Amino acid sequence: MKHYEVEILDAKTKDKLCFLDKVEPNATIGEIKSMFHKSHPQWYPARQSIRLDPKGKSLKDEDVLQHLPVGTTATFYFRDLGAQISWVTVFLTEYTGPLVIYLLFYFRVPFIYAPKYDFTTSKHWVVHLACMCHSFHYVKRLLETLFVHRFSHGTMPLRNIFKNCTYYWGFAAWMAYYINHPLYTPPIYGEQQIRLALIIFLFCQIGNFSIHIALRNLRPPGSKTRKIPYPTKNPFTWIFLLVSCPNYTYELGSWLGFTLMTQCLPVAFFTLVGFIQMTVWAKGKHRSYLKEFRDYPPLRSPILPFVL
Amino acid sequence: MASSEEDGTAEEKENNNKKRTKSALITAWLTFYNIAMTAWLVLTITMMRFYIQKGTHKGLYRSIARTLKFFQTFALVEIVRTSVIVTGVQVCSRIYMVWFITSSIRQKIQNEESVILFLVVWTVTEITRYSYYTFNLLHHLPYFIKWAYNFFIVLYPLGVVGELLTIYAALPFVRRSGMYSMRLPNKYNVSFDYYYFLIIVMLSYIPFPQLYLHMLRQRRRVLHGEVIVEKDD
Repeated sequence: MKHYEVEILDAKTKDKLCFLDKVEPNATIGEIKSMFHKSHPQWYPARQSIRLDPKGKSLKDEDVLQHLPVGTTATFYFRDLGAQISWVTVFLTEYTGPLVIYLLFYFRVPFIYAPKYDFTTSKHWVVHLACMCHSFHYVKRLLETLFVHRFSHGTMPLRNIFKNCTYYWGFAAWMAYYINHPLYTPPIYGEQQIRLALIIFLFCQIGNFSIHIALRNLRPPGSKTRKIPYPTKNPFTWIFLLVSCPNYTYELGSWLGFTLMTQCLPVAFFTLVGFIQMTVWAKGKHRSYLKEFRDYPPLRSPILPFVL
Repeated sequence: MASSEEDGTAEEKENNNKKRTKSALITAWLTFYNIAMTAWLVLTITMMRFYIQKGTHKGLYRSIARTLKFFQTFALVEIVRTSVIVTGVQVCSRIYMVWFITSSIRQKIQNEESVILFLVVWTVTEITRYSYYTFNLLHHLPYFIKWAYNFFIVLYPLGVVGELLTIYAALPFVRRSGMYSMRLPNKYNVSFDYYYFLIIVMLSYIPFPQLYLHMLRQRRRVLHGEVIVEKDD
């Protein structure tokens, strides 16, 4: 069997970092990364970007050496992606924060409001309802992270955890401060408004969960395959007929419901910012679906049916 | 035969169109810079006349406030031209100062020395900047204009000091009057305290040293780079 030789150069300085001889032709990039890690222990495989061209795209872990456009002496370029952290860790941290922080405000822990309000509870029942909804939402997200989601990338750059946590924790504190404030004003249209808001919220929570389950079932455990999602027997998934990323659609709906329920401007602002970010993600995902699948259903929009 | 002739003239027409658009743009920007520069020169002369006649800077801001606000807001057009971030930050901070601090907080603030400080800094800066851009567009850059860029080394920190001192002087008035602030309870369940917002604005000047060093490096590159070209000529 013909063996390959692999040399790895630094993409920026072109220094020779590693030379591997007697590499199997059917070795994967992932295996080469492990071998590289042995000679440079500070660069664990997750932070290695291996490419054919210094300015080109990263090769995937699954790519096989003999199927790449290289001779028997393959030259690869290496770029350090920086310290990495697993997606699961990031999600768990960024979702636990809002859960705990909101409760601190709900129970009116000292040093937040005036001392005479410490450990008191609100006299408005909508405030209790809002706490239950907010907590339910983040508990759902935590459980989904642990048991439902199948991530295509294992890790992300470390600095993302600071950025993401600032966003989630900061907004949670800002919203919770006003909703649980002693001078909180309940919704103008009273019970009708709250009831409608709760229905919207619950409907979208169930919808969002249904989409996550449907997406999970598209992908067998441990695989990274990508398939077009289609509506299933669950009516909440029928929205796939009109939208590429209905999980974001339902998420927007949930927060619109929460805004209506609490009638709080910071919540509306959080909903708006989240909507903008999710639209950017949805458009990206929609574009990559179109690129990857010739037969992608033409009726679908990225996030809002027919509109966006 | 006839078709190739047509193709030739079509290409020519396209090139002519491009040249025409380019020179139209240049004319547009030159006009803009000249209007802006005239405005700042007028402001300078107004300020000097006021000081010579009255012997004091009290009431000076009031007399130029409207013109200043107009032309500073006018400068928003420039964000289109260069790096949105650098120009954007500068223009936004200027507009902010003019509309939300000095103009809205009358009486004592407008007569503070710090206001005169940043007004003088802005005037010198803008006149230098617009002259530089004008000459640049005309592809004829006299050396003294480039040298004037050295003013910025002193002007920028002075401007920052003037602006910061003005905001700091405004704080007690903001506190007392409760302007631009919203308190609970209200039906939107939100509150906004302009006083603490101003403190955050002052803190946002902290990255200034980094921007300043970056600017110094840029200037060094521009000055030394172009001097070498001239030597070759």
